[in-house]
Amino acid sequence: MSRFKEIEKFQAPPQGGYQLLPFRFTALEPEVYVATNLAGEYHLLRSDALCALVHHELSPRSADFIDLRAKHFVTDSRSNVSTDLLALKVRTRYRTLAEFTALHIFVVTLRCEHSCPYCQVSRQTQDRAAFDMTRETADKALNFVFRSPSTNIKIEFQGGEPLLNFEIIQYIVTAAEQRNLSKRRNLRFVIATNLAEATEDILRFCADHSIDISTSLDGPQDLHNQNRPRPGRNSHQKAVEGISLARRVVGRDRVSALMTTTAKSLDRVKDIIDEYVRLEFPGIFLRPLSPYGFAVKTNAIAAYSVVRWLEFYKEGLEYILHLNRLNIPFREFYASVILRKMLTSEPSGFVDLVSPAGIGIKAIVYNYDGVVYASDESRMLAEMGDMTFRLGQLATDTYEQVMLCDNLLGPIEASMTTSVPMCDECAFEPYCGADPVYHHAVYGDVVGRKPESAFCARNMGIFRYLITKMRDEPTTKQLFMRWANS
Amino acid sequence: MLELSGKLKQLSGLSTTSPPSLLRVVTTPALPKVLARDAAYLCQSAEIPVGFRIYMALESNREFLESVPSGERRAVLPDSASFLREGDIMRVSPSSGSYRVVFRSHSNHVSILLTERCNHYCLMCSQPPREVNDDWIMNEVENLLPMIPIHTREIGFTGGEPTLYGDRFIRLLECTKTYLPRTAVHVLSNGRIFSDLTFSEAYAAVKHPDLMIGIPLYSDDPVRHNYVVQADGAFDETIQGIINLKRLKQRVELRVVLHLQTIDRLTNLAEFITRNLLFVDQVALMGLEITGFTRGNLDKLWIDPYDYRDTLGRAVDILSAYKIPTAVYNHQLCVVPEGVRRFCTRSISDWKNEYLPVCSSCALRGRCGGFFSSGVRYRHSDHVQPITTA
Repeated sequence: MSRFKEIEKFQAPPQGGYQLLPFRFTALEPEVYVATNLAGEYHLLRSDALCALVHHELSPRSADFIDLRAKHFVTDSRSNVSTDLLALKVRTRYRTLAEFTALHIFVVTLRCEHSCPYCQVSRQTQDRAAFDMTRETADKALNFVFRSPSTNIKIEFQGGEPLLNFEIIQYIVTAAEQRNLSKRRNLRFVIATNLAEATEDILRFCADHSIDISTSLDGPQDLHNQNRPRPGRNSHQKAVEGISLARRVVGRDRVSALMTTTAKSLDRVKDIIDEYVRLEFPGIFLRPLSPYGFAVKTNAIAAYSVVRWLEFYKEGLEYILHLNRLNIPFREFYASVILRKMLTSEPSGFVDLVSPAGIGIKAIVYNYDGVVYASDESRMLAEMGDMTFRLGQLATDTYEQVMLCDNLLGPIEASMTTSVPMCDECAFEPYCGADPVYHHAVYGDVVGRKPESAFCARNMGIFRYLITKMRDEPTTKQLFMRWANS
Repeated sequence: MLELSGKLKQLSGLSTTSPPSLLRVVTTPALPKVLARDAAYLCQSAEIPVGFRIYMALESNREFLESVPSGERRAVLPDSASFLREGDIMRVSPSSGSYRVVFRSHSNHVSILLTERCNHYCLMCSQPPREVNDDWIMNEVENLLPMIPIHTREIGFTGGEPTLYGDRFIRLLECTKTYLPRTAVHVLSNGRIFSDLTFSEAYAAVKHPDLMIGIPLYSDDPVRHNYVVQADGAFDETIQGIINLKRLKQRVELRVVLHLQTIDRLTNLAEFITRNLLFVDQVALMGLEITGFTRGNLDKLWIDPYDYRDTLGRAVDILSAYKIPTAVYNHQLCVVPEGVRRFCTRSISDWKNEYLPVCSSCALRGRCGGFFSSGVRYRHSDHVQPITTA
């Protein structure tokens, strides 16, 4: 007789059964469901296995059961550690909530020399005094910045074109650094600029103060210049020269670029990606248009549907996968954000796809005139006359009045995906987020009806696509694991 | 393979009732008397210095002992002990007439067994547990520690399950910190005792400056892990132990032995680690040592490493994608995928590390960890072949 027991001796007795831990499921395709647990781990299973699972009839010897127990969808008398691990993972995912507002956006001027039809801001061309942030306002905004308990503070300069009011940027950076001598936060800066007005002196200042540069690049020259008109029709040339100069002066890894998808972009995704590859960017963020500002006025939003945008997105992602197979490392950043949620237990640092919503509590906007908004999009709504997400005025309101106002707490609470109808039972809830500003802008309430929501359709489309890719292509899953951790 | 233990011949001058003692091996004749009287002199010639505790010679040099003055203690060592060097430490047991080399000064692998007792009974145990009171081993180790040179780079504590000593194990770590303050310490434990937070806190309270604990985790499936270690409830306690240790900021290495019972879920285990235990300090994926229980269970355990190389490659890819420091132990470079080679470590203790004749023409032999002696003797991959280009 062997001194060793067979594996059957370590199985649970069949009469004991198993308990279900909280999970959600959604059909992925006919007969195949995706199930997700509280921590965002997913498991694909056939509909008959799902039925057996929920009726407590799944065999403990089956591969599905063993996977589901190891991923903490079920528990039985063989192991009690799953709830502890699940709690650990959920705590980890939400740990940045306690950090509170990390991103502080300063709109230092509304002036801009570009006239992009999709611009989210109602740009102003003249009258320096009327549309620039003053030192007095900047000081008050800095008071708010350092009231945030977050150990990580990022100050982002926006416009208009913020370099047109570079004097106030210098003032704010210097003042913030001075205050930080005693506050001791991990303080970083970024300027969102089209770089057309960038000079070596400006960039030298950025280098000396560790200021990152985030610029706009919509694709190859003809497309970019169509999307982004400016006097001289040289926006692309200015951007490329600015990127090159900024890399030399500030640092190669300190310059990033963002693109916006217009109707004209839809047939050009490879050209757009090639332009980013040519300019040696490590990846691209394939972004849809936002339904705000000039984009609505000029009807650019209605110019394409979610379905068309998803085609564009998938074509782009397939091309990026192709590049990676050619050993050209290149990423798509929105997929990376989602994959981080799918494949890791780490919190996502991304403000626009998170629940509770990131408005105010992850990112906040200080407008040139001292008005505080819940997000960049909120100020676009305000420019259009909708004050729903106006949180207060630096000149008159205290930090407590702003952060505890109903305009902020109401939408955050109402839009939490764990309680919103349809989101609460959606398998993709752990990957998604609440966007009360978008839903308010388009549907008139912060929750919206999900079957009609373009936000929902777009994200669900991407979730399904990514999960299917990972099932069908092991090498893609391997690549996605690296994206998730980059 | 070095024979670290053996029988002493012509042992004289020592009472068979005297207890075992630890002796430092010396080959320097001119040693001051104050040092010589506790040391064993290994005779290199017929010139015999005076004042040593005991005189020894290898079998082939036994005639040197004839010059030892009568009345002095003496013994003949088998020629297999020819590796003995100045500074080595050996245990001499007069009652059984045997010796064991417990510390080799020129080895990078100082591994100190603390007990043969264990609360696991692993299918592939290389050191089969014995249910005996072996506290004497701990007594001896406590005496050995002050004898180990203070500049020793690293020592390892192994078993059995060293933590079965409870508080005495904690005290041993404290002594290790005081006697060997600059020596890295690696402990091999199944980690179960650390599910007791109080014990974990005592372990952390040692505040050892360079301590790592290696804990085995064989599957993401609790049933399979418990089967491999042949102990109900082991998985939960080990996981809880790892969490407690990391909560207290202790360094933890996970160790996975690769064989037929663990290889099928290896990539699942890798993903489990990335989701649940991302905070561990290192993961070691280890080849099988064909000794102990493994030999009897070989039909249940053996899978040619060449046949699981793709699985190994995927597991390494997963762990490294999540930036978990990963090492592959006990594998030959020629049987792992090329991308895995840089994760391979020369992990096999020098005294039981060998190569095959075919390895002599391999361009990478100098970087390759080679084989366990037991692997050479009993079972190794059928796909070992020299790599011709580096």
